[in-house]
Amino acid sequence: MTISSAGPAASAQVESSIQQFLEKRLKATVAPDFDIFASGTVTSMFAMELVVHLEQTFGIMIAGPDLRMDNFRTIVSMTGLVLRLRETGGA
Amino acid sequence: MTESNAHRLTVVGAGVMGVSITTTALLHGVPVRVVETDPRRLARLHADVDRQLRLARLLGAAPAERAPGELSASESLDGAGDTTVLVEAVTEHAGTKAKALAEACAVLASGTPIISNTSSIPVDELAGAVDDPARLIGVHFMNPPYLIRAVEVIRGPRTGEATLAAVRDLLAVLDRQVIVVRDAPGFVTSRLLHPMINDAARIVAEGVATAEQVDALMEGCLGHRTGPLRTADLIGLDNLADSLWVLHQRTGEERFRPCENLLEKVRKGDHGRKTGRGFYDYGEAQP
Repeated sequence: MTISSAGPAASAQVESSIQQFLEKRLKATVAPDFDIFASGTVTSMFAMELVVHLEQTFGIMIAGPDLRMDNFRTIVSMTGLVLRLRETGGA
Repeated sequence: MTESNAHRLTVVGAGVMGVSITTTALLHGVPVRVVETDPRRLARLHADVDRQLRLARLLGAAPAERAPGELSASESLDGAGDTTVLVEAVTEHAGTKAKALAEACAVLASGTPIISNTSSIPVDELAGAVDDPARLIGVHFMNPPYLIRAVEVIRGPRTGEATLAAVRDLLAVLDRQVIVVRDAPGFVTSRLLHPMINDAARIVAEGVATAEQVDALMEGCLGHRTGPLRTADLIGLDNLADSLWVLHQRTGEERFRPCENLLEKVRKGDHGRKTGRGFYDYGEAQP
């Protein structure tokens, strides 16, 4: 998958890609602001699967202070992280 | 408690438990040498450990004030003479463990404590393979050990006082909660948990409930943290079947005989999270 530079279109594309992945893995509809960890939908072990998926899909590297649960709770927060890391060349 | 840099750990076996015990030690600043004869496992060791270190940080299981220990790896025990504690984490087969323990004795300084990460085989049975049985002790880490603080320490009838003290010190450096029990097949945790998982698998095979329902009931009604079948997928179904056979052979009790549903999954290569499928489908192999 390739995604062009940031902007509303890119943001929507990232968000939709993450949503598709989550819905496929969780076999359920996932709203953009739904906290998947607080709701008990997934266990904390799923967090690492998300890290690996985001890194591979979007060509980013998530490390240091970005490795915290709050970045992975919702589709919105994950989209924000991906866009920011791609912007700053976090790879 | 001594400082983390006073310990030099050697871990024999880079399977699920070997890698995650290594991760736990590194997180707490203890240097680890991993010995693994399978070149494929050896080749991916650094990547596997790195992924787990990141997961541990992500989940807040890394002590912020400590720099991680250094990881080294090799296919033999050559040069491991400076080890302060050795952890045997090979497959749950008495013969395989006995061989690994005898090889360890040949290179370690006399008296160096040896931990077996046995999950069911009695410590005293393994002690037969050790030159000095006083140096052997069982420590049953739960997967993933960097997230589960409590460890079951098994003191065999011949385990020495100095061994217990040295291992307590190491586990204090690793910030583990130690619970020491006497030696018996399956000790406490496997003896209770494994037949429960075996029954849960039977319940699913009989169509009484789905795996999701069994886990939801055990979590929601009885306070089990992950449910028995999700736990089974974390342990690894191959290891679980091996442990159930160990328990069955040593107690003669039929409730420990692995059920057909479990054995069928093992035969198909559905070993749980590590292969991507067990009682649940994970899509692909999970760290």
